[in-house]
Amino acid sequence: MKLITAIIKPFKLDDVREALSEIGVAGVTATEVKGFGRQKGHTELYRGAEYVVDFLPKVKLEIAVADDILDKAVETIVKAANTGKIGDGKIFVSNLEQVIRIRTGETGEEAI
Amino acid sequence: MKSLISTFMLFSLLSFVGVAAAEPASSAVEIKTLANPSAPVTVSMEASAVVATSAEAAPAVVPSANKGDTAWMIVATILVILMVIPGLALFYGGMVRAKNMLSVLMQVFVIFSLTAVLWAIFGYSVAFTEGSAFFGGFDKLFLKGITPESLAATFSKGVYVPEYIYVAFQLTFSAITPALIVGAFAERVKFSAVLLFTVIWFTFSYLPLAHMVWYWAGPDAYTDAAAAEKAGATAGFLFQKGALDFAGGTVVHINAGIAGLVGCLMIGKRIGFKKESLAPHSVTMTMVGASLLWVGWFGFNVGSNLEANGLAALVFVNTLLAAAAATLGWVFAEWLLRGKPSMLGGASGAVAGLVAITPACGWAGPAGSILLGLVAGVVCFWSVTSLKSKLGYDDSLDAFGVHGIGGILGALGTAVVASPALGGTGVWDYVSNSVAEYSMIGQLISQSWGVIVAIIWSGIVSYLAYKFVDIVIGLRVPEEVEREGLDVSSHGETAYHL
Repeated sequence: MKLITAIIKPFKLDDVREALSEIGVAGVTATEVKGFGRQKGHTELYRGAEYVVDFLPKVKLEIAVADDILDKAVETIVKAANTGKIGDGKIFVSNLEQVIRIRTGETGEEAI
Repeated sequence: MKSLISTFMLFSLLSFVGVAAAEPASSAVEIKTLANPSAPVTVSMEASAVVATSAEAAPAVVPSANKGDTAWMIVATILVILMVIPGLALFYGGMVRAKNMLSVLMQVFVIFSLTAVLWAIFGYSVAFTEGSAFFGGFDKLFLKGITPESLAATFSKGVYVPEYIYVAFQLTFSAITPALIVGAFAERVKFSAVLLFTVIWFTFSYLPLAHMVWYWAGPDAYTDAAAAEKAGATAGFLFQKGALDFAGGTVVHINAGIAGLVGCLMIGKRIGFKKESLAPHSVTMTMVGASLLWVGWFGFNVGSNLEANGLAALVFVNTLLAAAAATLGWVFAEWLLRGKPSMLGGASGAVAGLVAITPACGWAGPAGSILLGLVAGVVCFWSVTSLKSKLGYDDSLDAFGVHGIGGILGALGTAVVASPALGGTGVWDYVSNSVAEYSMIGQLISQSWGVIVAIIWSGIVSYLAYKFVDIVIGLRVPEEVEREGLDVSSHGETAYHL
């Protein structure tokens, strides 16, 4: 099992969710986050006071998947979240040791 | 390209005003006749007064309040309350960080309530009864002696409004003024310090200024030159100097603006000033607040006419146009010099225009109001963006930059736009019952008296009041409280649970 952590542009959230549903991914956790990468921030000006906003709003998705659909899931996210412009985000994949469904106590891939 | 377009629009607006102001001859006459519908009333009232004296044994005609005027003054008073709560509170509240939102709302709300009570206890008496040229007397403490039948003078002879509504109307003015000051030291001041300061400053700065500028015996006392001289000698100091202040440019805006400037200098900068982001948490709230201020300002300015007549309508138009022109002035100046026209700029511009037209609104013509508004928008933009950063003080929400600077500009500008040669109404002479000969230089000197006295008086009283409060309870919250935010630490609440 793998845990996919994807940082995407906020307005791409719906596209990604729909695309993942279509390939059978059953659950996604989304969090509003702020961060910085190569995309530069922007400046805001309030009555002459200039504030540089370095941290830009992004959405972080956490998705637990079975090993066999990992590649497809990653590919789907890349396709759905892509705008071709700087700041589209990143995807991290890490090993997932255990998954437990709280209601039934199921474990492993059954619980995903 | 963008800046090119905005330059063009700014210049075309300015040239339009220039053209409009350059054709005063015909419009001035129209304004005069419109502006003084009280003239025929005056004649008839004088006639009835003559009848009353010749038949002294018979019951005299009892002067009574005009119902239309009374209804208007009730509405106007409500409108000024709308300016303070919620208008000013939201305008200011939107500009602070979310962690200090409630502290600003609460300061404005409680200052309003505190001042209202003080006004009834001694404020009205000290401001609006006869005394010296600087302070009134104590005859009407706790509003003693005022009944539903008591009348207050208006600006027309023989026309009155109930004294109770005059008391309430003036109460709202005294309440908004200290509330304006909190903008200068928002986000770092102790709540208890604000309240104690308000009591002292209200007593020793607001009340005397109001008395100096506005107290007079009323038009009925000005029957002939000798009587006028006698009545004039009982009026407030600045009234005697001939300083014009229709709705409180000096008493409210310069007074509060200077207190704000002294306050932010004495309290010091916010932690993180020019280092951390102190950006407004909700420009949306600020826009809502500015809009409520704009609407409420019609009560403030038009209500100051005390009568629902043609002059009231002129004041209405002037107030509307000055605010609109100042919005354009600020927005285009910002667009041109900073690249983007901002909502905060638009809201600030409208308020700057309203501040500037406040002293002038009863004497200016529409073209003069547009001109004054445009200038106010640009000058106040300069004062909050350039002047403030050059001088390095932290006037959090620009109480001085908008109300102080805009107030001074408006007070001096009144001398220009009141001129009948520029479409203004000139100044009414209650002895000859006609418009007096107008001297712009003479009026400018009178206006300067008002400005200078307000600056010095408010400056000294504010300094002493802040010093006293600092010694007794301390002005500023501790650093960790400031970092945590005043809402939780001072009021035990948070504005938003999201």
